[in-house]
Amino acid sequence: MDINRKTVTKNAFRITKTRGKTALRVRVPGGHLIADYLTLIHDIAKKYGNGTVHITTRQGFEIPGIDFEKMEEINKLIKPLLEYVEAVPEHSEAGYPAAGTRNISACIGNRVCPFANHDTTALAKRIEKTVYPHDFHFKIAVTGCPNDCIKAHMQDFGIICLTEPQYDESRCISCNACVNVCKKKVTGALKDENFRIVRNADLCIGCGECVLKCPTQAMFRSEKRYFRMVIMGRTGKKNPRLAEIFIDWADEDSVVQIIKNTYKYVDRYIDRTLPKEHIGYIVDRTGYPVFRDMVLEGVTLGPKTKVAQHISWSGYRYKQSSNMS
Amino acid sequence: MGYKLSKTSFDRLLQAMSKRYVPVGPMCAKNAGAFSDTDSIRYGKITSYADLELAQKSYFSPKEFVFPIRETLFRFNGSNREVPEVAARPIAIFARPCDINGFNRLDSVFLENGPEKDFYYARRRKNIKFFMIECLTGFESCFCVTMKANKTADYSVALRFGEDEILAEVKDEEFISLFEEYGEIIDYKPEFKESDNAKVELPNFEGVDLEAVFNHPLWKEYTQRCIACGRCNTSCVTCSCFSMQDTAYDAAKTLSERRRVWAGCHIDGFTDMAGGHSFRKNNGDRMRFKTMHKIYDFAARFGRNMCVGCGRCDDVCPEYISFSACINKLSEIIKEMKNV
Repeated sequence: MDINRKTVTKNAFRITKTRGKTALRVRVPGGHLIADYLTLIHDIAKKYGNGTVHITTRQGFEIPGIDFEKMEEINKLIKPLLEYVEAVPEHSEAGYPAAGTRNISACIGNRVCPFANHDTTALAKRIEKTVYPHDFHFKIAVTGCPNDCIKAHMQDFGIICLTEPQYDESRCISCNACVNVCKKKVTGALKDENFRIVRNADLCIGCGECVLKCPTQAMFRSEKRYFRMVIMGRTGKKNPRLAEIFIDWADEDSVVQIIKNTYKYVDRYIDRTLPKEHIGYIVDRTGYPVFRDMVLEGVTLGPKTKVAQHISWSGYRYKQSSNMS
Repeated sequence: MGYKLSKTSFDRLLQAMSKRYVPVGPMCAKNAGAFSDTDSIRYGKITSYADLELAQKSYFSPKEFVFPIRETLFRFNGSNREVPEVAARPIAIFARPCDINGFNRLDSVFLENGPEKDFYYARRRKNIKFFMIECLTGFESCFCVTMKANKTADYSVALRFGEDEILAEVKDEEFISLFEEYGEIIDYKPEFKESDNAKVELPNFEGVDLEAVFNHPLWKEYTQRCIACGRCNTSCVTCSCFSMQDTAYDAAKTLSERRRVWAGCHIDGFTDMAGGHSFRKNNGDRMRFKTMHKIYDFAARFGRNMCVGCGRCDDVCPEYISFSACINKLSEIIKEMKNV
């Protein structure tokens, strides 16, 4: 059997433990799918695979137990899936054109969840359309509120959807439901001063809990949507760590543009002697300011947007010695 | 007199009317809901037929136009005091019969409850006229018929909003010339809803030991379920409780004001007293207090029930507590008590 491993991997088929068998990775940007597509996934698993489907951590499907020879046939079959996820501009029959940039995952968002500040699937699909297909290894996820159910803090780019609470004093009954929920569940950004709610903008994380708790809609959502980007979180064998805040109170266009710009940054600084390099390690090497300045090029940030001046990531190194050479 | 108007002529009428009145009605505030990407149906100033949201029930009632959420009663500046003026322009409220009946309940609380009329309520109330929205089907949670609040005669104009045209009955002479100008004379009398979507059976408290009702385990269920968010109170057209706030603007406290703000029996702090005592700490006790007030206590004093069956408390409860279901449970319990 002669297979070009690189071509196969790029085509979203992977090398598996069983010689001669591959597994197909199905992308589901935003983690939300029309149920009809499950029939297609089911049929492929039954006909070509071993009858099982794995639900991946990135919200895709992996269909194992497929013969390498069947790849071409399967690629034709999955055309509707590619079209639905808008993964490829021209509706090709050649299957997935890249696998480096991973499926953009998202929490269920405001299509269902009351806490969500935005349609996370729609944003995930928009980002997918902007960045995919691409070979660079990027992990991106969108979460509807700072509860961060999708674990945006474990991604290269975690996007957290926000609202900026607005206050109409004439509708306030001083029940302090907003103050109490913020104090108990969030950061204590609200205070009742003389029967008037005062919001400390430095403490407010834009979760919208106060809006949800207000019985008179005295607290309400800002007309504009805002986004926080946390960056360079990762798992891995070297230095697992949580993402840190890079940009706060940004608009959607800026977020998308920044991610787009990061591909240019990676292209410039990636270590091409390695088979692949995760972006977090590139930022570790160039330093945060180089990354920041390059990805913000041409981005018009809004008046409320804040950018981190310095970032020192937490996390730990598995072995201190591996850092020494 | 009855009139027929096209939507365009209705808009012109509204415009002409706005010179003397502020027309307010149920409208859809886009993206203003508490959840993201949801609208808020609420009362607000309307300028055209298109502004009116008639397909959905409003989240809040129109009571804030007569009983504002937060109202300054008077201001002090040293020894001088002043009562703030209210807008002179009267308000025309487009409301369904249940809400108009709700105002009638508020009238009892503020105007017929003891020797003094409430000055603040009275001065706004005399400036309000009703444009009744004919309501024949209601909504899923409505039970106005059971509460005898499906009919009213208290309106200046009654309106039927049809597919293409609007029919009006004008009772208030003040508006006749307007409708003469923009409408065409026809025969029209409004009809009223005759059956409820939410089937509710009111309990008959006659001869019942109220102490036993008070202590019934039914209320414990609501201690488990109710989270005391207060939405049932703030959305209710007849909830009329308020609290007082005295506040100073300056450190010397020479500039200050007294205001009243809505309060509600489900909201924490409602029964707090000096010394930290509180009567109804359990949310089930609050549910009992509200239920008995809405369908028993008020009627004992004023001869008709307070609740008008608008069903808003059902619509807005985040814990899916249905007030009408509670009334039905209570009815069953009382039947059992009588059978024993």
